[in-house]
Amino acid sequence: MNLLMTRKQIIIISVALFLIFLPPVALFGGKPYLLSLASRIVIYALAAASLDLLLGYGAMISLGHAAFVGVGAYAVGILHFHSTAAEPLFTWPFLFAGSNNGLVVLPLAALTAAFAALIIGALSLRTVGMHFIMITLAFAQMLYYFFTSLEKYGGDDGLSLAARNTLPGLNLGNPSHFYYLCLAALFVFLFFAYRLVGSRFGLVIRGAGNNDRRIKGLGIHSYHYKLAVFVIAGGSAGLAGALLANQTEFVTPGLMHWTLSGELMVMVLLGGLGTLFGPVLGAAVFLLLEETLAMYTEHWMVYMGPFLVVTVIFAKRGLFGFLAGDKGKNG
Amino acid sequence: MLLVIEQLLNGLQLGITLFLMAAGLTLVFGIMQVINLAHGSFYMIGAYVGATVAAHTGSFLLAMLAAVGAAALVGCVVEILVLRHLYRRQHLDQVLATFGLIMFFNELIRIVWGRQPLFMNVPAGLNKSIELLPGLPYPTYRLVVIAVGLLVALFLWLMFAKTKVGMQIRAGSSNREMIGALGVNINLLYTLVFGLGALLAGLAGVMAGPILAVEPGMGESILILTFVVIVIGGIGSIRGAVAGALLVGMVDTLGRAFLPSLLRTILATATADSVAASLSSMAIYILMAAILVWKPRGLFPAHG
Repeated sequence: MNLLMTRKQIIIISVALFLIFLPPVALFGGKPYLLSLASRIVIYALAAASLDLLLGYGAMISLGHAAFVGVGAYAVGILHFHSTAAEPLFTWPFLFAGSNNGLVVLPLAALTAAFAALIIGALSLRTVGMHFIMITLAFAQMLYYFFTSLEKYGGDDGLSLAARNTLPGLNLGNPSHFYYLCLAALFVFLFFAYRLVGSRFGLVIRGAGNNDRRIKGLGIHSYHYKLAVFVIAGGSAGLAGALLANQTEFVTPGLMHWTLSGELMVMVLLGGLGTLFGPVLGAAVFLLLEETLAMYTEHWMVYMGPFLVVTVIFAKRGLFGFLAGDKGKNG
Repeated sequence: MLLVIEQLLNGLQLGITLFLMAAGLTLVFGIMQVINLAHGSFYMIGAYVGATVAAHTGSFLLAMLAAVGAAALVGCVVEILVLRHLYRRQHLDQVLATFGLIMFFNELIRIVWGRQPLFMNVPAGLNKSIELLPGLPYPTYRLVVIAVGLLVALFLWLMFAKTKVGMQIRAGSSNREMIGALGVNINLLYTLVFGLGALLAGLAGVMAGPILAVEPGMGESILILTFVVIVIGGIGSIRGAVAGALLVGMVDTLGRAFLPSLLRTILATATADSVAASLSSMAIYILMAAILVWKPRGLFPAHG
């Protein structure tokens, strides 16, 4: 056993401790609004880390990841809508009147998004390279237009939630409780994803990302592995979407818009591709940068755009790679 | 029946606009192997510059020249400053950098022209209708758009099939190392192809100006349709771009026009309208998925 921690471990542990002790510090310091921003960062970190499974490990460049965020959010919105409206969601094969119970809604949101990922992934993964990028984008737009045309659920304007979901023992209306729920979701996801990429399954995914033909030559149907990871990533993004819907208490088709997919990609790249923990930093940096720039000018994107171009051209390893000094990453 | 012909012409007109976008983009994909999300920005720049020049001079011809010139110029500058550094990089880097470019251009347009959409008048002399068939008037301007598009398609075909530059471009798309080794200035060729693509996008933008609202972000909606066209047609193939553009233009236009009345014959009116609304906005994506299942590399794949 090596008693000395690597720089990578030190960074991960200090970030985790920072995130865990943020609420008492923020409340004590009289800045409770920080918690809402921090929750948003943690939720986006979950979505970005799930995208990193695809981008960084499987080399599946999906430009439609926001679709799953949106599906998860709409699952929350629609179930809430039916729980308050007199009309049940469906009556066959059993009566289901919608729900506002987090124990039902959150898993259902993740499952719905995973199901959407199964269909979209099964079709998209028939292609590779540029085709895959464009097709994932097109499918996400398709869902975007689908939800825009759903007049019953607000169409273009979206759906408002009257209250957050309920969970036994927690009051999600309390910013600290909600923050810890998001943080727990992020930690659980990161733990499983970390175990996943180190497993045999993860090796196949990484191998297929590096050289798909060789993996096939070894007699492994990489398609099924890739599809499985696509579904896992989609479901996790759906969970992020469900949390986001709870945070803003508002659901709109804008959550599926491809600019959000692009922003998630940016977070992954800023943090460090194929590092899982990097996207957490990436999400923090992106959202904080957005907040700060937006304070000075409404035209913050005019600075963010070139910053992004320069980052892509010159900084290849991302923030995490830079901090951890891990030269041989991106496996 | 007359309505069908009118909608077919509308579909043709959308198809032509998409073709102008797709032709440039598919060349850039095919030859440089680079994915460029910012292609829609050239379309937007064309529309804005065209609308401004038209408003100041009153001449549509000048507006077109300015729009095409501005788009081509911006295209060349973008290629030299940004895209050139990305040819050997992964697609992911290209996606992110060009995504940054989109953010930049959209916001720049908002700074220069503001958030309000601009409206561009149909050029004087073309704002009438021609009676194509008895009882079928059709706007002259749209006919001119169709004609210009067809002329551009003819010009592109002549350029690729008959000229030396066209030959080099085709050679570049099948083997770029080889053509570099044969002494063709590959950097210049790349800049030219990219500029040509931007020029066509600018032309599509300025011609769409009087038909659609000129607003920030207008480039993205057309960009995604263009992607669908290219996926359907096959990356790098001009023939595929023609086929894909016409198919997408027709399916989208006819779906929006006829699905509601078609569905009303089998469903209740309210249900039919809402189903038709979602179905017609998703029609081209369903078409794409179907073609993908049948031919994963598109209808006319460029390379073997």
